Amino acid sequence: MIAWQDLLVMVLKIALIFGGLINVGALMTLAERKFSAWMQYRIGPNRVGPWGLLQPLADGVKFIFKESLMPDGANKALFRFAPVIAALPAFMTIAVIPFSNDIVIAGKNYGKLAIADLDIGVLFLLAIGGLSVYGVILGGWASNSKFSLMGGLRASAQMISYELTLILTILAVIALSGTLNLAEISDGQATIGTWNIWSQPLGFMLFVIAMFAETNRHPFDFAECEAELVAGFHTEYSAMKFALFFLGEYSAMTVISCLATVLFLGGPSVPFWVDAPWYVGFGAFIAKTSMFLFLFIWVRWTLPRFRFDQLMGLGWKVMLPLALFNLFVTGVFVSLGWNLWAKLGSLI
Amino acid sequence: MTQAHLGHAHDRAKEPLQTFEFTPGEIDRDDPLHGELMSLNMGPQHPATHGVLRIKVVLDGETMKYVEPVVGYLHRGKEKTCETLGWRKFFVHTDRLDYLQPLMNNCAYAMSLESLGVIQVPERGQQIRVLLMELSRIMAHLIYLGTTAIDLGAITMFFFTFNEREKIYSLLDAYTGHRMNNTYVRIGGVYADLDERVAREARKWCEQFPAKIDEFEKMLTGNRIWYDRNRDIGVLSIAQCKAWSLTGPNLRASGLEWDLRKNQPYSGYENYQFEIPIGAKGDCYDRYAVRIEEMRQSVRICMQVLDALEKTRGGEFIAQDRRYVLPPKDLVHNSMEELIHQFKIVTDMALPKGAAYHAVESSKGELGFYVVSDGTSHPVRCHIRAPGLMNVQAIPVLMDDRLFSDTVSIIGSLDFVMGEVDR
Repeated sequence: MIAWQDLLVMVLKIALIFGGLINVGALMTLAERKFSAWMQYRIGPNRVGPWGLLQPLADGVKFIFKESLMPDGANKALFRFAPVIAALPAFMTIAVIPFSNDIVIAGKNYGKLAIADLDIGVLFLLAIGGLSVYGVILGGWASNSKFSLMGGLRASAQMISYELTLILTILAVIALSGTLNLAEISDGQATIGTWNIWSQPLGFMLFVIAMFAETNRHPFDFAECEAELVAGFHTEYSAMKFALFFLGEYSAMTVISCLATVLFLGGPSVPFWVDAPWYVGFGAFIAKTSMFLFLFIWVRWTLPRFRFDQLMGLGWKVMLPLALFNLFVTGVFVSLGWNLWAKLGSLI
Repeated sequence: MTQAHLGHAHDRAKEPLQTFEFTPGEIDRDDPLHGELMSLNMGPQHPATHGVLRIKVVLDGETMKYVEPVVGYLHRGKEKTCETLGWRKFFVHTDRLDYLQPLMNNCAYAMSLESLGVIQVPERGQQIRVLLMELSRIMAHLIYLGTTAIDLGAITMFFFTFNEREKIYSLLDAYTGHRMNNTYVRIGGVYADLDERVAREARKWCEQFPAKIDEFEKMLTGNRIWYDRNRDIGVLSIAQCKAWSLTGPNLRASGLEWDLRKNQPYSGYENYQFEIPIGAKGDCYDRYAVRIEEMRQSVRICMQVLDALEKTRGGEFIAQDRRYVLPPKDLVHNSMEELIHQFKIVTDMALPKGAAYHAVESSKGELGFYVVSDGTSHPVRCHIRAPGLMNVQAIPVLMDDRLFSDTVSIIGSLDFVMGEVDR
């Protein structure tokens, strides 16, 4: 039988993580506008609330009250369903991310700040995360618009191509840590020397590039591609359905940033402070994730966009071989037991 | 007929014009991969078409099999308007042709009328015109750069270039009182003298601008994505340019050193030192590089003009020819003859019988006005040789069998403004 205290702790964790994810998604829209404004000699939103902080709320209210249009000839069921599929996977996958070390309050251990501690956490995350492509392709197809269709097709081809690279780089990390459990992977990187970024520099780079493509972000935002495809797969979407696509995109960015933090930057590990209290670790986790999120924004407002065939060429001819090579070398090192980095790391 | 400046003789290309035919019958319907084509309509309201251009595209997957630009959505009958309004009043309308460089259009129109009426523009008037034309060129190129970059996804570039353009607008605002649609050029010169303060501000701007161009280049020139999106896309040969009447940066990017400022100098361009950048391949990247370099050269000219303006300070800026040029207001109030002149010019200012064509090197190519007069206050014909229309012609040539995403690179790099294309 589950004690009511444990249940309460669980509910609190769920509320904190889901609430946090939704708020981060909303705040990311504000951050994107603020940062882009700074890069472009502008001020950005500053009317709603102090420093424009309530802007996401105003946007949300606007989205709810807007008329939700549906084009003639659209597949009604799929048209409604697509935004849900696009938004859901991010919320489901956040469940397996461990945000902190064991929470210890007044000598009592409440476990890690994570909703689920799955032994196949990585697999779950990849399997569910891969579903979000259905939202994009169904949204594009069900709209009965050629621009949407092309956007949806491009995006799905791209996400599937880059998922390979993403998974291969993650495989190398799994080979190193010998577990599929995300909590154990992050536990294995307790000191800064043992962070996987040092033993997997190539893998880290490939992961970062693939994560841009995986979330359909600039310079790989072919799903939207506003120049030639108007707005890509969500051209015909309006009101809350559009908002769901938006929320899905930003939540996916947040989740994949969390994943990058866990896999390569040691999760909640604080540099040079091994026995840091859990809340400091949690803060470190947030800081590392924010760094990735900022990278997303920074790149978006700096670079031009690839062309579709160039993107596919990059994915299949450059990234995939490099990821395979990385996995191969990692495999050789692991099977021969040359754990140079772990030795070096233990010195720090 | 007045011996006017009658344009130049292109050595027209001997090659037959390319024709484009689309016969869906050629498609093998049983082919599972290429058996079905999709027709797509870009525009007239579409983010990447820079105005109300409509492009009919037939796609085989991502490849464009047939492309047809459709123009005319912004047709306002400007040429006919000129015939109805008369010589003087049409100045306002020239602003609305290529609205990114109103003063350039003003100058081109004024020069064709001056050719017809054989009017000499005083030196200072010419210098001010050159300054205005070069600033217009920079403004138009900045828009080209910003919009092309935003189409290719580099959104921040758009704001960088608009920031610079905004400064030029402030300069023009200080001088003419308007940001856009200035209408400040008159037959015989310019409406008012360029005062010291504006000249000082202009010099200040010219001094800081080359560093800004370096900044733009830092964002794009060495950028691998930018390079891949533009290199070898939309390649135009010199022969093709000639066959389709493409002029300006598009022609120069293909490698022909043809610039009216050098080849048929007007407004005293022969007095200034500048170079004509040319490209090697004629692709989108060369067109970009040529325009970037042209901005540098334009700033160079502006600096020289500002130096020259120092020397002619206090000089005449508009011809004192009472047949065409309005007398100053205080003279009108105090002199019978001047009042009569004013009345004549405002009611019916006639130009001598004849025809004239004068072209200037605008930011998009050869911008010329062909005007025919029967000796009355209204033209018999006013034809606008708008370079934008010729640039649009190249769209099917360049897009045939290219990828759909290349539309944005090509449209952007050809650089046209629908106000001028449709007129």
